[in-house]
Amino acid sequence: MLHKTFVRAPEWEIVIGLEVHTQLSTSSKIFSGASTTYGAEPNTQADAVSIALPGVLPVLNKGAVERAIKFGLAVGAHIAPRSVFARKNYFYPDLPKGYQISQFDLPVVGQGALTIQVEPLSGNGKSYEKVVRITRAHLEEDAGKSLHEDFHGMTGIDLNRAGTPLLEIVSEPDMRSAAEAVAYAKTLHSLVRWIGICDGNMQEGSFRCDANVSVRRPGAALGTRREIKNLNSFKFMQQAIEYEAQWQIDTLENGGKIHQATVLFDSDKCETRAMRSKEEAHDYRYFPDPDLLPLDISPQWIEEVRATLPELPEAKRARYVSELGLSTYDADILTGSREMAGFFEAALTSLTPIPSPAGGRGEQAKLCANWLIGEVSAQLNRDGLDMVQCPISARQLGGMLKRIADSTISNAGAKEVFRTMWSEGGDADAIIEAKGLKQVSDSGAIEKLVDEIIAANPAQVAEYRSGKEKVFGFFVGLAMKASKGKANPAQLNEILKLKLTK
Amino acid sequence: MLDSSLQQLGSALRARKISSVELTQLYLDRIAAFNPALNAYITTNAELSLAQARAADVLLAGGKAQALTGIPVAQKDIFCAKGWRTTCGSKMLENFIAPYDAHVIEQFNKAGAVNLGKTNMDEFAMGSSNETSYFGAVKNPWDQKAVPGGSSGGAACAVAARLCAAATGTDTGGSIRQPAALCGISGIKPTYGTVSRYGMIAFASSLDQAGPMARSAEDLALLLNVMTGFDSRDSTSLQRDKEDYARDLNKPLAGLRIGLPKEFFAEGLAQDVANCVHTAIAQYKQLGATVVDISLPNSKLAVPVYYVLAPAEASSNLSRFDGVRYGYRAPEYSDLTEMYEKSRAQGFGEEVKRRIMIGTYVLSHGYYDAYYLQAQKIRRLIAQDFADAFKQCDVIMGPTSPSTAFNLGEKGDDPVQMYLSDIYTIAVNLAGLPGMSIPAGFGSNGRPVGLQIIGNYFAEAQMLNVAHQYQLAIDWHTKQPNVI
Repeated sequence: MLHKTFVRAPEWEIVIGLEVHTQLSTSSKIFSGASTTYGAEPNTQADAVSIALPGVLPVLNKGAVERAIKFGLAVGAHIAPRSVFARKNYFYPDLPKGYQISQFDLPVVGQGALTIQVEPLSGNGKSYEKVVRITRAHLEEDAGKSLHEDFHGMTGIDLNRAGTPLLEIVSEPDMRSAAEAVAYAKTLHSLVRWIGICDGNMQEGSFRCDANVSVRRPGAALGTRREIKNLNSFKFMQQAIEYEAQWQIDTLENGGKIHQATVLFDSDKCETRAMRSKEEAHDYRYFPDPDLLPLDISPQWIEEVRATLPELPEAKRARYVSELGLSTYDADILTGSREMAGFFEAALTSLTPIPSPAGGRGEQAKLCANWLIGEVSAQLNRDGLDMVQCPISARQLGGMLKRIADSTISNAGAKEVFRTMWSEGGDADAIIEAKGLKQVSDSGAIEKLVDEIIAANPAQVAEYRSGKEKVFGFFVGLAMKASKGKANPAQLNEILKLKLTK
Repeated sequence: MLDSSLQQLGSALRARKISSVELTQLYLDRIAAFNPALNAYITTNAELSLAQARAADVLLAGGKAQALTGIPVAQKDIFCAKGWRTTCGSKMLENFIAPYDAHVIEQFNKAGAVNLGKTNMDEFAMGSSNETSYFGAVKNPWDQKAVPGGSSGGAACAVAARLCAAATGTDTGGSIRQPAALCGISGIKPTYGTVSRYGMIAFASSLDQAGPMARSAEDLALLLNVMTGFDSRDSTSLQRDKEDYARDLNKPLAGLRIGLPKEFFAEGLAQDVANCVHTAIAQYKQLGATVVDISLPNSKLAVPVYYVLAPAEASSNLSRFDGVRYGYRAPEYSDLTEMYEKSRAQGFGEEVKRRIMIGTYVLSHGYYDAYYLQAQKIRRLIAQDFADAFKQCDVIMGPTSPSTAFNLGEKGDDPVQMYLSDIYTIAVNLAGLPGMSIPAGFGSNGRPVGLQIIGNYFAEAQMLNVAHQYQLAIDWHTKQPNVI
């Protein structure tokens, strides 16, 4: 694949807004009882409503509404007490009714906001926080799929997906770089999984992004935007936005004009291409769907849904920093998914069953964070596993961390315990016992060992005492070897230093 | 037997004086004899009908019969009925065999009634004369030069010509009441939301409402008892307790206040129709009713409002007929767009295409506010007119249609003249109110005249009472066309 790097002229500002289609995790469709399971044989999940037989009618799935309310609450948005389903009319073979039921004038979720941590995509910039405003989120049904291969010049239609509930989340044009757009999309992706409304599977199309991109001189009015459709990975999103923005800048600098258009990103060529221009776009003839009553949401319903919301990532992140003394960087990673945060909290609890105020707990939280972000994540990555598939339980990890904290094992010993737990299972204490990994912290034993080494190596002792402190490592190596790696390193260092300088 | 009420037929069936199979066969024979001339039915299926009749006879023999068990009922071809060809009067669905039952069909099946066949109708219920049917016009049994009205013209004809014991219809702007009037029978469109629309092929969803068509108000009450009830598959179906629509049939009418809207007796009403309606009102006075002059000031806007809203909804509802999954597909096309264009151009008739064009236009960007939104506002004003009127009266009466049945072909090339034949019925749909038509005599040409009765929301039992008391006193509803 080609990868192009772009130089952005500093006198241009990029403006980005995102529209994200999240597939809601209901077991049945938004307007019928047909299943939404992914990957079934074509048209086996297409009931009378999905194929739009004459005479069938839509009935709203309350589960989809609940998920929309959850999202609204999670981004601090206004939940409309009354919203309206509208028909968006256009002809396409995978749109069985000839219209999509969506929301237009009155969406279920109004204005909200999402706080994002922007990590610069390249270079040495600093990470920073930004608030992106959410314009609205509305419920709608998905279309089916047109299959253009394997049908000898004809098109196959699979209506399994038709009627799958979607929540379309529209942001304000608040993002100013591909990095910000990616950070927003990632934060949103993590949030919808966190609150359990969407499985976030981008390969299966559960989380699809469209990016509206325009450029302008700073302070000028918004430029004409072009919409990049169907970005199904964060990497493609970054590349597509960077290419598109540069193309618009080049076009304008060469005296050209930007025309409103819908474009597709070609990930092989790493460029965007116009699909159709908006001038020839459809007139969707939106009007309220007379088959559905307005959607009324009572304050009680909202409160019932609020009671089911977990602690949100933003709140958790702040708490990790203020209560546990973690860095924002660590807190950010640990709250990257609900599974990660859950694992962290469970491991920390089994490490320190009784939460102690400040002091000890902070160090233990840091220890726990380091292992999760370090060894555990690296090993998961190597094995291609998700957090939920982690072969080590939080309790097991906590048990091992406890032995690091009380100096029973060294870091090197801990790594061995970890490897064993990962491949064979078992408790830390049992592994330490079986493998004899308990480190020697008996100062008498260490002193004896050091005395023997000093006595056996007079030349090196003389060297050290004459100022060549480098030989110190030589003694550490010998002592560790003699103790079979079990000497408590801190203690060993201290005793060695003391005896050598005598 | 042919003139028996449903009550009498039910008694005869339960007393085993006649079997459902015999009764069904009697009607099938009549259909075979008269339908070639009248064209009231699009589809009959003796095998399916007689199977139901045999099942009904088992129930009757076992003493498990309900009011309508074993009674042959004609179903408008707008209701999907499992295993039955369901065409909606269109070439588009000429060969469509419905794979499921509409709620209305289910209800009749549960009641043990026999589906006698699918009645002719204007294509997708768009028409007031039954002339837009792809399967040919229906003749008025009172005069075969005349139209039966529409869109439930086949149902009205079948009831009047004794080609069924009773029938179902649907009413979007008058499609039960106007053909009932023109064929001299009784028909009621209940309050919007009373009968589930599930499985009823949609024309204009916010206006469509099914109802029964029969020879008397008493029969209508029994049919309504079967057809109504909450259905979770229709979001606009109303959750109300089941009621017995026959409960008030025998109440006296003393003290009944009848509102007469001056707008229903103004220019455009044929003199012979006006005479019949005034005579009927006079007879009501003799039954103890009093008359109040009322006004429905916005009713003159009902027709234009209707011809914005109904086509708007229809243009969207009919989009599913695209030749992709079922229904007519043009035999030749070069690409997707042409497949759509040719399938729809060839599969739909002129009137349907006209309304799709109107509906598409009024929903288009730049016209939506001026047409659709404006029409919705007036719709609310029209409903308010009725609400104000019902503060002064119990029921509203007037003509159902401005004239008696017109001749076949008479209004064929003037859609607006055709639309005006529903001028008194449309406002009722816009308000979602119940309305009915009962026979009230004959015009100067010997063709029937209908009296329209409009009630308040959920006042069906009262309206049936009002109609029944009239039918006890006056026998217009027992007259039958002499052609048969």
